[in-house]
Amino acid sequence: MSPIGPGSEIDGFCLGEIIHAGSMASVYRLMGPEGPLPLIMKIPRLGPGERAVNVIGFEVCRMVLGALPQGTHHPTLVSHGDLESTPYLVMEFIEGPRLHDWVVRAPVTPEEIARLGAAFALALHDLHRQDVVHLDLKPTNVMFRATGEAVLIDFGLARHGHYPDLLAEELRYPVGNWVYMSPEQVLGVRCDPRSDIYALGGILYELATGRQPFGKPRSVAELRRRLYRDPVPPRAIVPTTPEWLQEIVLRCLELDARDRYASADEVAFDLANPSRVVLTERGTRQRRAGWATLLRRRVQARHFKPAPCPPPSTRVGPARIVLVAIAAAQPDEALFEALRAAARRLVAADDQCRIACVTALPPAAALSGARDEDTATGRHIKHLVILRRWARPLQLPEDQVTYHVLESDKPAAALVDYARMNDVDQILIGAPRSGARTRLLPGVSSQVVAEAPCNVTVVRVRTEG
Amino acid sequence: MKLALFADIHSNLEAITACLVHAQSLGADRYAFLGDLVGYGADPLAVLDLIEAHAAKGAVVVLGNHDAAAIGRPVDLLSPGAEAAIAWTRAQLGDSQRAFLAGLPLTVRDDNVLFVHASANSPERWTYVSGPKEAEQSIRAGNASYIFCGHVHQPKLYFMGAGGRPMPFEPVPGTPIPTDPHRQWLAIVGSAGQPRDRNNAACYALADFERARLTYFRVPYDYDSTARKIRAAGLPERLARRLERGT
Repeated sequence: MSPIGPGSEIDGFCLGEIIHAGSMASVYRLMGPEGPLPLIMKIPRLGPGERAVNVIGFEVCRMVLGALPQGTHHPTLVSHGDLESTPYLVMEFIEGPRLHDWVVRAPVTPEEIARLGAAFALALHDLHRQDVVHLDLKPTNVMFRATGEAVLIDFGLARHGHYPDLLAEELRYPVGNWVYMSPEQVLGVRCDPRSDIYALGGILYELATGRQPFGKPRSVAELRRRLYRDPVPPRAIVPTTPEWLQEIVLRCLELDARDRYASADEVAFDLANPSRVVLTERGTRQRRAGWATLLRRRVQARHFKPAPCPPPSTRVGPARIVLVAIAAAQPDEALFEALRAAARRLVAADDQCRIACVTALPPAAALSGARDEDTATGRHIKHLVILRRWARPLQLPEDQVTYHVLESDKPAAALVDYARMNDVDQILIGAPRSGARTRLLPGVSSQVVAEAPCNVTVVRVRTEG
Repeated sequence: MKLALFADIHSNLEAITACLVHAQSLGADRYAFLGDLVGYGADPLAVLDLIEAHAAKGAVVVLGNHDAAAIGRPVDLLSPGAEAAIAWTRAQLGDSQRAFLAGLPLTVRDDNVLFVHASANSPERWTYVSGPKEAEQSIRAGNASYIFCGHVHQPKLYFMGAGGRPMPFEPVPGTPIPTDPHRQWLAIVGSAGQPRDRNNAACYALADFERARLTYFRVPYDYDSTARKIRAAGLPERLARRLERGT
C-alpha cells in the first residue's frame, strides 16, 4: 500500500494539503468530491509504536460526533472509515480563527474576553445539554465562525452520557490537556460538565493575564498541586483586570465543582452582562491564600472527594434563566402582580432559577431629540428602579435576580434577541389589557410568542365580573 | 442482519408479543431467546408454542434455570415464590413442551457470537453476572466478540478495555451503541417478561451486525392482563404485583 499523503484517494475522498500533523492524528483538506460543506479528513496515527489512546480517541470521536445532530457549535461528521480497514473521519472544515490566536497576544482587553468567552461558554452549554462533556478544552480546540459563534473541535477524549466511556479505565495517567485540567479529572472523574467550566476558567485566566493558572505541569505531582494551591488572582498580575472578570474567572476555577457555576450558560450570562456580576471576596482578592491555609488545604487534599456528577440530562437544569418582560414605561400594578405571581410559582418549583427582569424602551434620542445624555441616563435609572420595585416582593437573593433596560425601536425584537443571546429558558410576558393604554404597544407579546427561541408564558390579568 | 434478543420471558405472553412486534417493526430478521422462557407467569404453554415456532424457523433458543427446574432437573436457589410457580408450571406442561425444553442447549455459538442464559463460565452453575468480576470470568470463558445473556434482570453492557478489565455501562433505551467487534462485549439484554429496575416496560435488545450497533429498548405492554392471569391461576400475589411495579 502506498503511503497516504496529498493526492491519495481514500474511499472516493481526494486528499489535499495536510493542515495538521499531531501525535494522535493527521488532518488533510479534501479536494473532492464536491459537496455542500468544505471537508477535512482526520486519520488517526495507528500501528506499532503509537499509543493505544489514539485508537480509542478515534472511536470516541466517531461515537460522540456521530451522535450529535448537525449544529453550529461542533463540526458535522460526514463519513467515517472502519477501524478494521481504513480508519478516518470526514468532517466539516471550520474556517476561522482559533482562541489560541488571542492567547498568544494576551493579555487581551476585558471587553474582548467577554465577547470571546461568552461565545465559548454558549457553545459549551449547547454541548452539555446534549449530555456531552468535552474534557479536553484548550485554546487550539476552540474556533470561531465568521458569524462570531464558537465551535468546539477535537472530541477524542469527550464523554457522551448515552454511550459507554471507552476511556474510563485506560487512565494510568490523567488523559487530556494538563494545563487546563480540572481537579476532579486529575482524580479520574470523567462525567462532570463542570470540569469543562473549570477549563473555560483556565483559558479566560490566560486571556486576561497571559499566564496559565497553574503553569505547565510536567509530572503528576505537579498536576496534583491544583488540589490545594489557588491561582494568583488575575488582578495581582494585570491590575487593570476588572473585578467582575476576576470574579467570573476564579469562580470557574473553584476546587470543588459545586462552588463553580452550575452551568456554562450562567458563565455566558455573566460575561455578557458584566455590570450584573455579583462581586464576592473572589473579585477583589489581591493575593493567594497564606501558608496556614495552604497547609490546611494540603492535608485536606489527601482526602479530597470530587463532587458527585450531576445525573445526565438534568445536569444543566438547575440554572434555568427566566426572562420576565416588564413594560416599565406603562406601569400596570395589576399586571405586575400577575407577573410576580407567575414568577413566584417558577421559583417555588426550582429555587435555583435566575430571574432576569427586562424592559425595552425606544432609544432616548428618538423621544427627546438632542436633549442630551442626562435624560437618557435618567430615564435608564428610572426604569431600573421600576424593575427593582417589581422584583422586591419576591424576596430573592441578590445573585438570583438581574435587571436590564434595553433600548430599541422594536421592543419585541429586542426581547427575543436578548433571550437568544443569553440562552433564556423561559419568558414571562404580560398580555395587553383590552382598553388599557398598553394597547399603544400592540402585539409585543404576540410577536415574542411567535419569535422567541424558548417557552413563552403570556400572563393575563383576570377581568372582574 | 438484525438480531432481536430476548431473555427472562417468564411465561409473559403479553410482554414477549409486544417485544416481537416492536422488533419486527424495526426490521429484525433473526431472533434469540436467552433462557427462562417459563416460570413466574401464567402462560407457559402459549409462550413455549410461540418460541418453538420461531425455533423451527431458525431462532436461537438456550435453556434457563427456570426451564431446567420446570422439567425436573435439580436447580438450587429458587425463591419460594419461584418454587411455587415452577410446581404450577410443571403441572401445565405436556410431553411436547417438556421435550422441547429438554432439547435446549446451555449455549449456542455462532461464529464470534455466544448465546447463554447466565455466565459462559460453567453455564450449568447459573452464576449471576452481577459485576465486573463475574463479567470478566464469563468473557474469558466465552472467548467471543459478543456474549449475549440474561439471568440478571437489569439491562447492562460490559466492554473489555485494553487493561483487561470489563467496564460496566447502563444503556440508555433507544440509543444505538457502537459495538465494534475488535472489542469484546457482554450484553445482559434485560428481562422481557419480568423487568426489575422500577420500569414496568418490557426490555429487549436489537443487534445490528452490519452497522455494529446494539440498541436496548423498553416496550410498554398490557401488564394488567398478565397480572390478572397470574392471580386467576392462583399463583402468589407478589408475582402479579411486581409486574405492575417493575420490581
